[in-house]
Amino acid sequence: MSLQDELYKETILDHYHCPRNHGVISGATLKQEGTNPLCGDELTLYIKLNNDTIEDIKIEAKGCSISMASSSMMTEAIIGQKIKNAQIIAHNFKDMMLNKGNDYVFNETNEDLNSLNGVKKYPVRIKCALLAWNTLLQSLEKDEAKAQGE
Amino acid sequence: MLDVKKIKRDFPILNHYIDGKPLVYLDNAATTQKPKVVIDAISNFYENYNANIHRGIHTLSQKATIAYEETRLNVQKFINAKSYQEIIFTRNTTESINLVAYSWARHNLKAGDEILLSQMEHHANLIPWYELAKEKQITLKYIPLTNDFRLDLSNIDNLLTPQTKLVSLTLMSNVLGTINDLTSIIQKAHALGALVLIDAAQAIAHMPIDVQKLNCDFLAFSFHKILGPTGVGVLWGRQKLLTDMPPFLTGGNMIASVYTDRATFNELPYKFEAGTPDIANVIASNEALNYLNAIGYADIMAHEKCLTAYALDILVKQENIILYGPNNTINRGSVISFNLNQIHPHDLGQVINDSGIAVRAGHHCCQPLMRQFNITGTIRASLYIYNDEADIDILAKTLQSAYKVMGHVVTR
Ligand SMILES: Cc1ncc(COP(=O)(O)O)c(C=O)c1O
Repeated sequence: MSLQDELYKETILDHYHCPRNHGVISGATLKQEGTNPLCGDELTLYIKLNNDTIEDIKIEAKGCSISMASSSMMTEAIIGQKIKNAQIIAHNFKDMMLNKGNDYVFNETNEDLNSLNGVKKYPVRIKCALLAWNTLLQSLEKDEAKAQGE
Repeated sequence: MLDVKKIKRDFPILNHYIDGKPLVYLDNAATTQKPKVVIDAISNFYENYNANIHRGIHTLSQKATIAYEETRLNVQKFINAKSYQEIIFTRNTTESINLVAYSWARHNLKAGDEILLSQMEHHANLIPWYELAKEKQITLKYIPLTNDFRLDLSNIDNLLTPQTKLVSLTLMSNVLGTINDLTSIIQKAHALGALVLIDAAQAIAHMPIDVQKLNCDFLAFSFHKILGPTGVGVLWGRQKLLTDMPPFLTGGNMIASVYTDRATFNELPYKFEAGTPDIANVIASNEALNYLNAIGYADIMAHEKCLTAYALDILVKQENIILYGPNNTINRGSVISFNLNQIHPHDLGQVINDSGIAVRAGHHCCQPLMRQFNITGTIRASLYIYNDEADIDILAKTLQSAYKVMGHVVTR
């Protein structure tokens, strides 16, 4: 197996070269920075909430193809979703990446995410694929904590 | 000249295939491969004379002690130390530097003192000093780099001051390949009463080291970078300094007499070797020295110079390549860092790996240096005695395919 046929499948390269929802939301409800110190991957996540719905999401990112593609795919998967749903998708994605036995497969709506399954075979790069998702979960958690505090 | 074909046969791992392609090992700056004689020495110890050292009068213990001390005597010769008592076995370069930081520096430096480092240091020669500086309000200063990736000594007379108590520098950069001529810095440091520690972790693999000629005060290296096993490092220090230093780690083996409330310390070098050391690997390290000595540094250096020149020549011709390191072989070792424009080093590392080539992709434990170049990392190809021109050719061919694999539009 080599990256030519696995890791850098067309889908990944497509998202890497044309990242979706790239940029900044001014007046975002949530803003969260994420870094992967080992690789130097960096991103800033912007979310605009409408009650409990993620109305808009944008990411400004710098990094390798895996981290860039994964964050691009993430924005497509969770835009328009209820927070609860976004969290479920994120946990399913983490499950797919981290559990050897569990071969979670996303349905048609989010099928691009399945292309990252191949990254599992490169343990050092799983962190690249997870960066955006961990940042998302972190920012949603903070939002929940704040809501409970109010 | 080296008989590379013959040398390759001494290293069992070089027969391996990575996804069907013969392994090309170009990550020697991280750690070198081990010849069969070193691997055999480890199992020979465990199969035939495994025992603890310095504490048994039975035959096995005596045999183990003699073999362990044999390595020390050979290290003494290898770096031309005045006495075996100046050779302290540690786990690695990092521990050797920490020993100096904790034992010598913590007891001799005070607020307002200065330590001079450089911008090409490995984290191993940075973080111990950061910690000390925080604790004792010591100032750290840095020798900057020139545009051709060498130490910029134009301002050295201002960087060195009467407050400078220690100058701690690498003899060879593990990223740039630059070999530093430290002669004048050492002279100037000594004139001001400062001590000099040399990080020889990279240099030791590529050039003969003579601590008396270098005229430094401490020198650190790891055996795993010179064909030896992991788990064994050396700290060399001037006997007078080591004698006056308090112990680093304490416990068994480093003491002379123990009472219920106090202990007297063992003589050098045992004062600094607390607890049971990595006996098997220290003993096997001797085989690494014997192997290197049999080849000889003259031939190693000649081989590396030719190979580095060949590699630089081919690499500079690659499209969109950015080299980080001197572009000639003068005062330069066989460690070559580069990036291809627009491709993240991790992506490039993956492409290279798929050709069966092992290179390092990342910051190489030199984040301050990376920040200075405004990059997150590089690809680093580091060559050693078992590498040849064919290895470089495979690397170059892979680089030529990188943009295609990564889906970049190649502009010509
Ligand atoms: C220049 C330099 N210094 C220090 C070290 C640390 O060596 P070790 O990890 O064996 O302690 C290395 C190894 O990577 C190095 O290249």
